[in-house]
Amino acid sequence: MTRHFNTETFRGDYTYHNSPEAIRRFPFPFDQDTYTYSVNIAPHPGGPTGSTFEFAFDVDEHYVSEMQDRAITLAEDPNRCQSLPHMELAGWDLLELIMVSKARDYPDLFTLNRDGDQWHWINRPLGIEQRFTFLDPATLPYGPLEYITRQTQGDFALLHERDRNLWLDAGMITSQADWSLDFDVGMNFFEWHAPVPKARQMGVFDKALKFLLAVEQQQAYRRLNWTMTVNPRLDTSPENYHKWGPEKRSITPQNVGQKQFLRVELQTFWRLPRSNALAFPIRCYLCCLEDLCTNPEWARRLHLVLRDIDPVLADYKGFAVNQKTIVEYLAGFSCV
Amino acid sequence: MKKLTLRVAEITALSPLVKRFRLIHPDGAPLPLFSGGAHITVDMPEGDLIRRNSYSLVSNPYDGAGYEIAVRREDRGRGGSLYMHTRVSEGDLLTVSAPKNLFQLDLRARKHVLIAGGIGITPFLSQLHQLDILQQPYELHYAAHSRSEAAGLTLLPDAPHIHLHISEEGSRMDLGAILDGQPLGSHVYTCGPDGLIRAVADQAARLNWPTSAIHSEAFTAPPPGEPFEVTIASTGQHLRVGADQSLLEALEAAHVPVDYSCRGGACGRCETGVSACNGQILHHDHWLSPDEQASQTKIMPCMSRFKGARLELDL
Ligand code: FES
Repeated sequence: MTRHFNTETFRGDYTYHNSPEAIRRFPFPFDQDTYTYSVNIAPHPGGPTGSTFEFAFDVDEHYVSEMQDRAITLAEDPNRCQSLPHMELAGWDLLELIMVSKARDYPDLFTLNRDGDQWHWINRPLGIEQRFTFLDPATLPYGPLEYITRQTQGDFALLHERDRNLWLDAGMITSQADWSLDFDVGMNFFEWHAPVPKARQMGVFDKALKFLLAVEQQQAYRRLNWTMTVNPRLDTSPENYHKWGPEKRSITPQNVGQKQFLRVELQTFWRLPRSNALAFPIRCYLCCLEDLCTNPEWARRLHLVLRDIDPVLADYKGFAVNQKTIVEYLAGFSCV
Repeated sequence: MKKLTLRVAEITALSPLVKRFRLIHPDGAPLPLFSGGAHITVDMPEGDLIRRNSYSLVSNPYDGAGYEIAVRREDRGRGGSLYMHTRVSEGDLLTVSAPKNLFQLDLRARKHVLIAGGIGITPFLSQLHQLDILQQPYELHYAAHSRSEAAGLTLLPDAPHIHLHISEEGSRMDLGAILDGQPLGSHVYTCGPDGLIRAVADQAARLNWPTSAIHSEAFTAPPPGEPFEVTIASTGQHLRVGADQSLLEALEAAHVPVDYSCRGGACGRCETGVSACNGQILHHDHWLSPDEQASQTKIMPCMSRFKGARLELDL
């Protein structure tokens, strides 16, 4: 299998782009013409060949550039990766899960040889070859969580279970939709979800927490979440709002198709074996309106969803200021 | 729920009442690893009924070559342990769940103080492996009536931080002495009879231990009791729960699906609403709060029973 990795940027000149194949497999999140907040959960992995759900950790054409963008963000702010001391074991669990999955699912890209605790890892796209001793952090250049998530697309939260709650005690967060690890580390499930409007009243969190606590080894799950971002920027953190916030104002009817992106988060939930912690990877997919509208059914549905959405949610999802421009653009693709 | 079909590789008597079962993958494939304190649920089919009990894993959690459980024969139980003792032989296949953990170590602890009563030693056996591998400080106190009943003895290393309290020999466990003077940031874990769990919690509270540093697991299987009847609200169906059956098992036998995980009243998964209750719910779970139990509006079918005229479940 030959694979192509884009050379592209997620900041500055924003050369990020999707190939026709990447558009075709984009995880379009709406299965109805209206949107309400719901906990839409399915077993993971599992999906048609070539889909973003096929494998545990999807590797796509953006892989190499995304990892370069993460390295830039970390160089500016090392606190984007944190792990409280008791979470190191969970970091090893995650490292094992990812290495084993990727070597199995993408044998042309990744190889893992294990001889007891002596491990040999080869990551061809990033040109990495590493021999190390499993569970011995001195044999890796970073802690296990940071090491493996510098080589894996998506943000990662590691949750510690205690007192019938989940605590965000470790994470690698460089492509978050406006939330901050530095601010949230050590918080429990309800505290870090506090800003989500409506959901609390709907009892969504109680149900979600109950669901998460019941996630068992050997059976992972996924759900999709979405928001809107101006420009293909991964790092839309509160810390850097001054860099990306003003860009929201740059949308015009002429450029909205290329500059306004639908941002889909593929969230998955894994119970880790040795630590009994939960891993919560949040993988981000970006697609601009113009590319989305190459699929007439998506154009039609997105138009209805964004036109009729609850104003509170439009605000929370960050596109209220541009809603009119977006909806008018999408209306042009609807032959209703 | 993910199930594994495993072969019984070896059965060893650890004491007159306790047998250890070693389970391996029939093809020799490695089993999922687990964390200290985890358990598996074993399916025990009898006729068209399936009884399920959960047992702590006592083997090394980082060794996927096999799982080991220790089962104490309860002659007055519902028959789950008798099934394991009398019906299961080496070479048989058993269906079990993937490991789950409701009694995990809190790895933030400065030190772990483990207190076991009787067969309550089982979850600690895997935790000891994990603590040794992670090199975290701990001490274990193991109370048993007599040496011959102390089934865990053969599985415990002879080490200065492992303390045996045999009441028959006059060596009783002094909880005050054990808990007093532990370094700040210690966590205590108790597994054993309810009385022991309560005594440790009370003692720790007296010494001002934070509640988040006090952990326990009651290792009880569902208790037998008087037969009773329940009604399913949505269908009007009446079910009879036999003396040796749990309510959850009776619901499963009648194909009324209820979610479950631990089958021991600890995980909350089987929580079921009660839409009418004329009588007394006999709560045996560790999930519902005392207020919830008193309100008689919820029941945990894996453990709890009923005595009275009418119990209607919101199913
Ligand atoms: S199954 Fe766990 S509480 Fe009933």
